[in-house]
Amino acid sequence: MTKPQTNRPDALEVQNLVVHNTVLTAVRGIDFTLPAGGRMGLVGESGSGKTLTALSLMGLLPMGWQANGTVRHDGVDLITQSDKAFSSRRGRTISMVFQDPLSSLDPVRRIGFQVSSVIRRHTKASKQEAEAQTLELFRQMSLPRPEQLMRAYPHEISGGQRQRVMIAMALACYPQLIIADEPTTALDVTVQKQVLRILNNAVQERGCALMMITHDLPIIAAMCDTVAVMYAGRIVEMGPVSEVFRAPRHHYTKGLLDSQPTMDNIALDGSSRLASIPGMVPPLHSLPRGCAFHPRCSAASDRCRAEVPQLETGQRRAACWHPIEAGADATVQAGVTA
Amino acid sequence: MAIYVLRKLVFFLGAIFIASVAIFLLIRGAGGNVAAVVLGKGATPEAINALAHSYGLDRPLFVQYFDWIGNMLSGDLGRSFRTNERVSDLVTARLSVSIPLALSGLILGLIIAIPVGTYAARNVGTPSGAILALISQVGVAVPVFWAGILLSLLFGVRLGWLPTGGWTDWSVSPWGAVRSLVLPVLSLGLIMAAVLIRYVRSAVLDVMNQDYLRTARAVGMTRTEALLKVGLRNASLPLVTIVGLQIAELIGGTVIIETVFSLPGLSRMMLANVAAREVIVVQSTVMLIIIFVIGVNLLVDLLYGILDPRVRSSR
Repeated sequence: MTKPQTNRPDALEVQNLVVHNTVLTAVRGIDFTLPAGGRMGLVGESGSGKTLTALSLMGLLPMGWQANGTVRHDGVDLITQSDKAFSSRRGRTISMVFQDPLSSLDPVRRIGFQVSSVIRRHTKASKQEAEAQTLELFRQMSLPRPEQLMRAYPHEISGGQRQRVMIAMALACYPQLIIADEPTTALDVTVQKQVLRILNNAVQERGCALMMITHDLPIIAAMCDTVAVMYAGRIVEMGPVSEVFRAPRHHYTKGLLDSQPTMDNIALDGSSRLASIPGMVPPLHSLPRGCAFHPRCSAASDRCRAEVPQLETGQRRAACWHPIEAGADATVQAGVTA
Repeated sequence: MAIYVLRKLVFFLGAIFIASVAIFLLIRGAGGNVAAVVLGKGATPEAINALAHSYGLDRPLFVQYFDWIGNMLSGDLGRSFRTNERVSDLVTARLSVSIPLALSGLILGLIIAIPVGTYAARNVGTPSGAILALISQVGVAVPVFWAGILLSLLFGVRLGWLPTGGWTDWSVSPWGAVRSLVLPVLSLGLIMAAVLIRYVRSAVLDVMNQDYLRTARAVGMTRTEALLKVGLRNASLPLVTIVGLQIAELIGGTVIIETVFSLPGLSRMMLANVAAREVIVVQSTVMLIIIFVIGVNLLVDLLYGILDPRVRSSR
């Protein structure tokens, strides 16, 4: 893992980001900083607002959704950028890899064309130069027979290859930041590791910052320096990956960690000891008062039901009225950091 | 791909054969007799039968069918009983009216429908999008002859800019021919556009929700650019099929428009021959039109294979 380099400006500085449409607020004021070359994991259940957070950073929110707050990147506030100004940054200084590579590639264009046209769009490269660079990218992505792949259509190659093409496309112009939204969820388990390794190496070589969105904690543990845990549109815990996973302070983080299957807690005879968090993520239109997690929390008190806890300041932060103190609970699974 | 083309060709020939039988039986089943029409009201049955015999119309039906098909296959479309003109000459003489009319109508329809439909899709949920959807809905409901009459009233009668009907041949005055075609093409094109706008709108709407359009923006295209460069190419796939299917609709439209504007086109020639029970002329002309329509759809299917790589490799 690369340590963040301090001589470069931060890749991303998010302040009080709110994402809403006319009726719902999906992201309710989040702050974080991602240093240049840093790697941050964003975890949370479906509906916690992590994907909308990512799309708002890219300026790609679905119709009807709007982002407010400040997102500083490369010396500008992305929130205030026009579509035209923003579009000249997308794919050049900030890129994204999506969940489903089949539906995310243009079905009627050859792969080589799709990748090389990104290069031609953002650089002065000629058609030949862009194609040569694309070929080189495909080699870096360990794609088999890259020359033939240039002329293939998305439906003609495997899911893992498609996602590597997506990664090649996102990294083609050496962006400062790449956002990967569940990049392996749609892939076969057998190729997930390979794709992650390739992504990891390519990001490392370029020294670009990575924001990894997933609900898969071991991926975060393997690839990121810091982790932010989202619940119901807020960051509830944040800090260095090793510390957060070893000694979570928020009860939701602990619940997430406890519900990760490991070789220890899956019993083959069916008597599973795998824990789960009781209840479910509250719908956005009827969030509980106070801490949004309190109905599912064993430590909830009257204060939790009345007041929203704010995220602490410093390296190791949680938004909880009754944070778990280090060493107070020894049952936390350390297996996820493996 | 070769098997795909072959299958389409077999289907094409089969459809033409079925159509030929259907046309033959329909026109014979319509009753009436060209001999009776030629001889007029006072003719005796004996005289009518004698004339019908000389035309060969008293032979068994299957003999007449194979006689006709055999001639068609050898390139002979037959002759008119009354005037002895060759059907091929009759048809080609009318094509200089009908082809410009149908083709310009279709092109005008597309020129209107593609930008308007795309605009309507982009503005879905806004007042301007709703108004466009409403206008095209009304356009679909307007019969083509009524549109023709209204346009003729406005530009021909009230404003006097264009002829209300009739035809000046290309050989007499090309400009006159163009002037006679403006209103018919406009009526046909507007009605085509109204139908097509709805298809364009839904095709573009569908594409706008696709992940690959988001990817196009994620690598640097503006919203509009992504829609034009990636969206329209993908939206054109269902549209090609629709346009192929609309060809039959288009020919139906020209029949009406040629009548409304008194244009000496293929359709009017055919209507006159139906009334006169000129069975060979009608059979052969309808057959030509059917071959054209099915041929266009065959072409569309093959074009689809070229436009969409997924079709090419899956079939």
